[in-house]
Amino acid sequence: MNILQKSRAKSPWILHYDAGACNGCDIEILACLTPVYDIERFGMVNVGNPKHADVLLVTGTCNKRSARVLKNLYDQMPDPKVVVAVGACALSGGIFHECYNVLQGVDGTVPVDVYVPGCAPRPEAIMEGVMMALEKMNKR
Amino acid sequence: MEIINIFFVIVIAPVIGGLLFGLDRKLTARLQKRMGPPILQPFYDLFKLFGKGRIASNQFQLISVSVYIACTILSLILLATGQDLLVLLFVLALGHIMLILGGFSVRSPYSQIGSQREILQLMAYEPLLVFMVIGTYLKTGSFLVSNLMTGSYKPLLISLPAFLLTQIIVMAIKLHKSPFDISASHHAHQELVRGIYTEFSGAQLALIEMAHWYELILLMGFIALLWQTNLVIGGLIAFACFLAVILLDNISARLTWKWMIRFAWSFGVGISVANLAAIYILR
Repeated sequence: MNILQKSRAKSPWILHYDAGACNGCDIEILACLTPVYDIERFGMVNVGNPKHADVLLVTGTCNKRSARVLKNLYDQMPDPKVVVAVGACALSGGIFHECYNVLQGVDGTVPVDVYVPGCAPRPEAIMEGVMMALEKMNKR
Repeated sequence: MEIINIFFVIVIAPVIGGLLFGLDRKLTARLQKRMGPPILQPFYDLFKLFGKGRIASNQFQLISVSVYIACTILSLILLATGQDLLVLLFVLALGHIMLILGGFSVRSPYSQIGSQREILQLMAYEPLLVFMVIGTYLKTGSFLVSNLMTGSYKPLLISLPAFLLTQIIVMAIKLHKSPFDISASHHAHQELVRGIYTEFSGAQLALIEMAHWYELILLMGFIALLWQTNLVIGGLIAFACFLAVILLDNISARLTWKWMIRFAWSFGVGISVANLAAIYILR
């Protein structure tokens, strides 16, 4: 592993986009920032700007309107980038699967690297998902 | 000797600056009862940013960032080789204004407002730096750092105590620490998305980050000048000031730009002028 790959693995800046969730998954993501889980010890920082981000965390049921925003955010992120879909709704549409306006998961809109299942997933699972995504990014 | 100084400035200064920022993140985390990132975290961030893909909004951004870091390094070289303090201040301000122009060159409203606020921050700290230079001139009769170092004066801090306080204010404003983080914010905090840095990404952001490391060493050098007879003691005083700024960052919340200007221009300029008046009267 060279120094660039090591730095990428140790400094993931995370952009979080809620495509229309019940906020359950978002609260679990915010729980990762608290002193109990403290994702900053892995160098992870929650940024609000796609131009600075390395990892896109998507939560919630993606619908036809939020898909446009999601695509826009993904396009603004500089390479190399990875996408982590968090929660049942982001994976498949969840309990809203059959709704007329809901897309069945975000992977039809942006290429998803890691799926984190759960309703809502535990903070540990979200952190592990980001770690797996980083490994995947370095293997590319 | 000059060559060694210049080498030290270009190569060693950013390493120390990066480590100090790593210490800053660690200390901040410990104050919040978190583990915090490793001390080397700023270096990981820097290497990662240099390896990111390039998406510049326009060509001027790269020019502005390059001039910004070049001017910051040049002003540090001017300090290390004992040149004129006034020239140093002009070069430093020129670099800062180029960064602000880079922020203005894009149409993003976050970047625009961030740049406007950056000008206000520049306005807030610049008089304090100029007053300190005037104070050293009154004591030594010269703007040259080399005269200050070689002349047989007592440590400046004894006659200019107010400037230690104003330099802490300058450092907090320049490093965007609370309560002065109004144009952008350090660490994971968000203000106007990322304020003036919103539209800079990848290698450009890495260059800005590196310029901050040089800037920190420059500001600490200014404080060390206050104990010019023994630079080890000066360095320790500067380090103590850095720790004070971190503490201030953690115990205070962001305030408005109006408050910042009022505070810097009334309290900061007030104690500076009082100190200068005391020198005149006691002479």
